[in-house]
Amino acid sequence: MIPGRGIALGLTVTIVSLVVLVPLASIVLTLNGITPAGFLDVAFSPRALAAYRLSVGAAFAAAAIDVVAGGAIAAVLVRYPSRGMRILDALVDVPFALPTAVTGITLATLYGPNGWIGSWFAHHGLPIAYTPAGIVLALAFVGLPFVVRTVQPIIATLPAEFGEAAASLGAAPLAVLARVTLPLLAPAFLTGFALALARTIGEYGSVIFIAGNMPLRTEIVPLVIVTRLEEYDYAGAAAVAVVSLVFSFVMLLAINTLQRRLSAARGLA
Amino acid sequence: MTAAPLRAADRIAIAVVALLLGVFVLLPLISVAVEALRAGAPAALATFADPYAQSAIVLTIVVTLITIAANTAFGVLAAWTLTKYAFPGKALLLAIIDLPLTVSPVVAGLAVLLCFGTNSPVGQWFLAHDWKIAFAPPGIVLATIFVTFPYVARETMALMNETGRELEEAALGLGANLWQVVTRVTFPRARWAILNGLLLTNARALGEFGAVSVISGKIRGLTDTVPLHIEILYNDDNMVGAFTLAGTLAVVAIALTLIRSAIDAWRRAE
Repeated sequence: MIPGRGIALGLTVTIVSLVVLVPLASIVLTLNGITPAGFLDVAFSPRALAAYRLSVGAAFAAAAIDVVAGGAIAAVLVRYPSRGMRILDALVDVPFALPTAVTGITLATLYGPNGWIGSWFAHHGLPIAYTPAGIVLALAFVGLPFVVRTVQPIIATLPAEFGEAAASLGAAPLAVLARVTLPLLAPAFLTGFALALARTIGEYGSVIFIAGNMPLRTEIVPLVIVTRLEEYDYAGAAAVAVVSLVFSFVMLLAINTLQRRLSAARGLA
Repeated sequence: MTAAPLRAADRIAIAVVALLLGVFVLLPLISVAVEALRAGAPAALATFADPYAQSAIVLTIVVTLITIAANTAFGVLAAWTLTKYAFPGKALLLAIIDLPLTVSPVVAGLAVLLCFGTNSPVGQWFLAHDWKIAFAPPGIVLATIFVTFPYVARETMALMNETGRELEEAALGLGANLWQVVTRVTFPRARWAILNGLLLTNARALGEFGAVSVISGKIRGLTDTVPLHIEILYNDDNMVGAFTLAGTLAVVAIALTLIRSAIDAWRRAE
């Protein structure tokens, strides 16, 4: 038995309450200022509903892109270790390291109507910046490291014998991939997908510069909250924030469950 | 199966991934440098001569240092508590510590604003004692502490979970007191994990935008941090200034990340 449990636990719980719980609770308490009907009116107004759809839809699309791109990147990084690969490996961390405002103005400029990439697409009638495509692109950028860094160590520990056994039994390379490799990697992909989703669903700084921020069309949930605040409508901001918090709780639960399963699966491999 | 076609397939796979990372990740980095230096190095450097930029840099450094100190102290305490003792509700406490990772930064800033703003009893109490928190540096510090809250705790906890508590119990059995156990047994083994979490906190605190933008009020020279100043310059169409500050922030953040992976690689090699 190590002494000091009472003091350590008491201090930890007090700090967690003061830093996390009390501020989050004050969002809920602010709802005292409006009636339940008023809450529903604000939290599920057409503008807020369009924003939930956009934020959730764009985050899902971005995480799906990240699973495909990130899976390919992770597989190549694991299979061909070399000096040159280390540069590619370091590049994977860049979106995670970059401050969101830096990502935001950079992508908005690069994919904007006058940017190196954006001008080409705009010229061909496919503008990226200030459309939902720009939002998905920014979120895919931010979420990419989460998929690669979750899948990469699992691929590295994948027993090569499984694939070899299947191949020696006459399975074609694609069949090995579809029936042996990918099922073994499914928990890792799912966890990476969830981590990318959790990070991108409430993302603000990297998105607002490229989003265009048109109500009902390219306005993400955090921006609706900021707009309410700028109108000094604290109860309205709190109402939308409570819905956003529910998303956060669900994501946290999902990630905890998935990560437990992933470490269990890792123990098997 | 012959070797030659496989090698071609390998090369294609590597080329595709290199192209993907090159266009998607490297090109944006290059474009930051190009935009910053568009009008030449002297014009870029002039950004740092602006008093508003200077005060934003000072505020960001101060906020980051306070955040690192607070969250390192808390993170070590939380990791110790959660790994060395058994108590009911451990999973719940762990989940609450992790919560800031999935909360939108804007919601984090809103939480601090509603808790400490002039409309709340807490904020009014502080105001009566001449302490302005919302739309002032203390609010920026609180919001930054919120968003970086779990990093040191998580990194340190992961390590302490691996090392277990046998050594601590042995030291206690040999007559060491709790302070000696913490400083001579636990801390030396956990220091690299703590440093890792500290670097992560540092990188995130430097660049925090959403939470800080809600609570800061964006008063130039007073509550304007570097990320907020980047937004101001960008919206003023001062691209050279915006991208010079963005490039500076990017270099520092990437350097912190590289140090972190170097420490990781070095520890694994040991």
